[in-house]
Amino acid sequence: MCNTKTKYLVIGVVMLMSFDDNDSNFESYTQKIPGTQVIFDLIPIQKGTFRMGNDDSKNLDEKPVHEVTIDPFWMATHEVTWDAFELFLDKNYELAISEEPIGARVDGLSRPSLPYLDMTFGMGKEGKPAVGMTQYGAIQYCHWLFLKTGIFYRLPTEAEWEYAAKAGSDTRFFFGDDPAVLQEYAWVSENSKESTQKVGTKKPNPWGLFDIYGNVLEWTYDQYDPEFYKKSETSNPKNPPLKLYSRVVRGGSFATDSDELSATKRFRSSPDWKRIDPQIPKSQWWFPEAPFLGLRLVRPLNPPSPEEINVYYTQSPITDY
Amino acid sequence: MTGGVLASPFILPGAYAAPANELKLAVIGCGGRGTGAVFQAMETGHPIKLVAMADAFRDRLDSSHKLILDKYGASKVAVDDDMKLTGFEGYKAAIAAADVVILATPPGFRPMHFEEAVKQGKQIFMEKPVATDAAGIRRVLKAAEEAKAKKLNVVVGLQRHYQNNYRETIKRIHDGAIGDITGGQVYWNDGGVWVKERKPGQTEMEYQMRNWYYFNWLCGDHITEQHVHNIDVANWVKQGYPVKAEGTGGRQVRTSKENGEIFDHHIVSFTYADGSVIHSECRHFPGAANRVDESFQGTKGKVYMSGGNHGVLTDWKGNALYNHPRDNQPNPYQQEHDELWAVLMKGEYKFADAENAAKSTMTSIMGRYATYSGKPLTWDEAMNGSVDLFPDKLDWDALPKLLPNSDGYYPHAVPGKTKVI
Repeated sequence: MCNTKTKYLVIGVVMLMSFDDNDSNFESYTQKIPGTQVIFDLIPIQKGTFRMGNDDSKNLDEKPVHEVTIDPFWMATHEVTWDAFELFLDKNYELAISEEPIGARVDGLSRPSLPYLDMTFGMGKEGKPAVGMTQYGAIQYCHWLFLKTGIFYRLPTEAEWEYAAKAGSDTRFFFGDDPAVLQEYAWVSENSKESTQKVGTKKPNPWGLFDIYGNVLEWTYDQYDPEFYKKSETSNPKNPPLKLYSRVVRGGSFATDSDELSATKRFRSSPDWKRIDPQIPKSQWWFPEAPFLGLRLVRPLNPPSPEEINVYYTQSPITDY
Repeated sequence: MTGGVLASPFILPGAYAAPANELKLAVIGCGGRGTGAVFQAMETGHPIKLVAMADAFRDRLDSSHKLILDKYGASKVAVDDDMKLTGFEGYKAAIAAADVVILATPPGFRPMHFEEAVKQGKQIFMEKPVATDAAGIRRVLKAAEEAKAKKLNVVVGLQRHYQNNYRETIKRIHDGAIGDITGGQVYWNDGGVWVKERKPGQTEMEYQMRNWYYFNWLCGDHITEQHVHNIDVANWVKQGYPVKAEGTGGRQVRTSKENGEIFDHHIVSFTYADGSVIHSECRHFPGAANRVDESFQGTKGKVYMSGGNHGVLTDWKGNALYNHPRDNQPNPYQQEHDELWAVLMKGEYKFADAENAAKSTMTSIMGRYATYSGKPLTWDEAMNGSVDLFPDKLDWDALPKLLPNSDGYYPHAVPGKTKVI
């Protein structure tokens, strides 16, 4: 075990070096959540240009295909698991687990309301994706992680997600066009037994990302706009969310049929996912009917300014009722 | 029945006239759940006007009022300033102003509010649980009898009774699909709920009221406040109430000052009149596995049910006898109000949920008595328990019966020592 000082020094060095695009240290690494035994892996996604969308799709919102250039970022190889998310969810649990003080800034962060329902939906926790969080909750998880590590983790934009998911391919799936092969790579309705499954137990995509299709839908940052591809920027497009519904989620889940899935399929959040919330105002943190919804983190190689980071993490949630 | 001027749409004793126009609604307890219940009432689409709101705290009342007004507008929400009632006594005037009342304060107040609503002859939706000790249960049972005599509809928010997977599956159990029920297991294991920290200037009474989950006179402990849902399913399946409880429990991981006096786990065996035993388990351990569901075993098969719309009957050879569809099921919290208000609009009498709700709440309280004392006890011993948790006087400066020690921590039950009845 390294002591706290050394650990923060190491992180500081990584951050300084990361300002250089061509840095030779733009490599895979393992992030340890400070004070705990919880770790997760990230891989570098190099800068590149790809064709986003699908002109042959029956879904109009995937058209037109357009070229997009994406700046480099790291992406987590796995969806965020309950092992990590529950530390954020419950401060007392974090305090109980932590081997060192969590610090005033982490201590002062707003945490999710503890849900009145079993938000694992009976599907289990260990090694399984955290589910049911709102986009606000997903971003606040990134905020918590930032306060603990000093590293700007965030949600992928929709374009970043599709770029990484395709991993250089231009077929329906990263492995080709045949949905019958999907079950080698993904937990979908045909093989999941209606439950999330442990992350990383199927084959990864060519860049090393597991569960890109299936297991859980993954939050992106973008507002859902079916017309967005007709007008989006060509460089690092994003559609900042201003309305609560809908926002883009990608990749399908354990509840998605293979027929429905592709690298370009755009899913979106729905107020129906909060239908059975018995309280008013409805929870800013939880979707009690979205056991299929999770998140995956990214980290831009060149982080934005401290002011921009602050803005990203402190956007107020929109009251939902 | 025509020609008379009806001061109240429910003026006719024993046989209601259908309401002449809109029904007036009051909400007592304006937290998230009370506000939610008002929304669900409004969402039924019937002509309803909210006319009175009562809450101990003005801030909770105001935030609730704003949400309801923003959503439904002045045509549905007409709460004059003098009908925004705060403190401990406001409930009486709020109930008087309405035809229908929603009772959604912390459960410790429910017996008092339910008694008053029945006394005033109102139609009632009230949240679970309906009391926090045997003294409260006895009051609710007495008022429940009076409500029946007056033909007042009473719906209680044990919403599994309004959820199709439970209704369909338990109907089949009662029809004999898996034979006689010989045992079962019911669970509410999760990470726990919110905590409110003490703020400067709060009296002890205000602090306990704000952080009510952790004080038994208000909450009843989580075996009552949450796990009553699953225990109630056991009683529903068994078509009766246990004759005996024995159990164990304690405070393992939730031990701060803010955690008041309640335990973080209770494990109870409930024995029913036919000798069958139901295992009940509720636990607030963050990080540990979650489980919230109900299983039972019968002479011919077994059943699994959950709030996530599971309802699965299987015989002992593994053959599926029934598997309730899980997709596109109605929202049970909405269903409660859809069914209640449809009956109210017709001026009919149909719902008498209070007695079962009181007895299922009593079952959970009996479980708590068993874990707190570390001693088995019978239904009658529990029901006749003389310990009354309610404060002698309700006032912001009055003292609740449980007070913190000099170090700020609260005394809590110690099995083997604590007297519960």
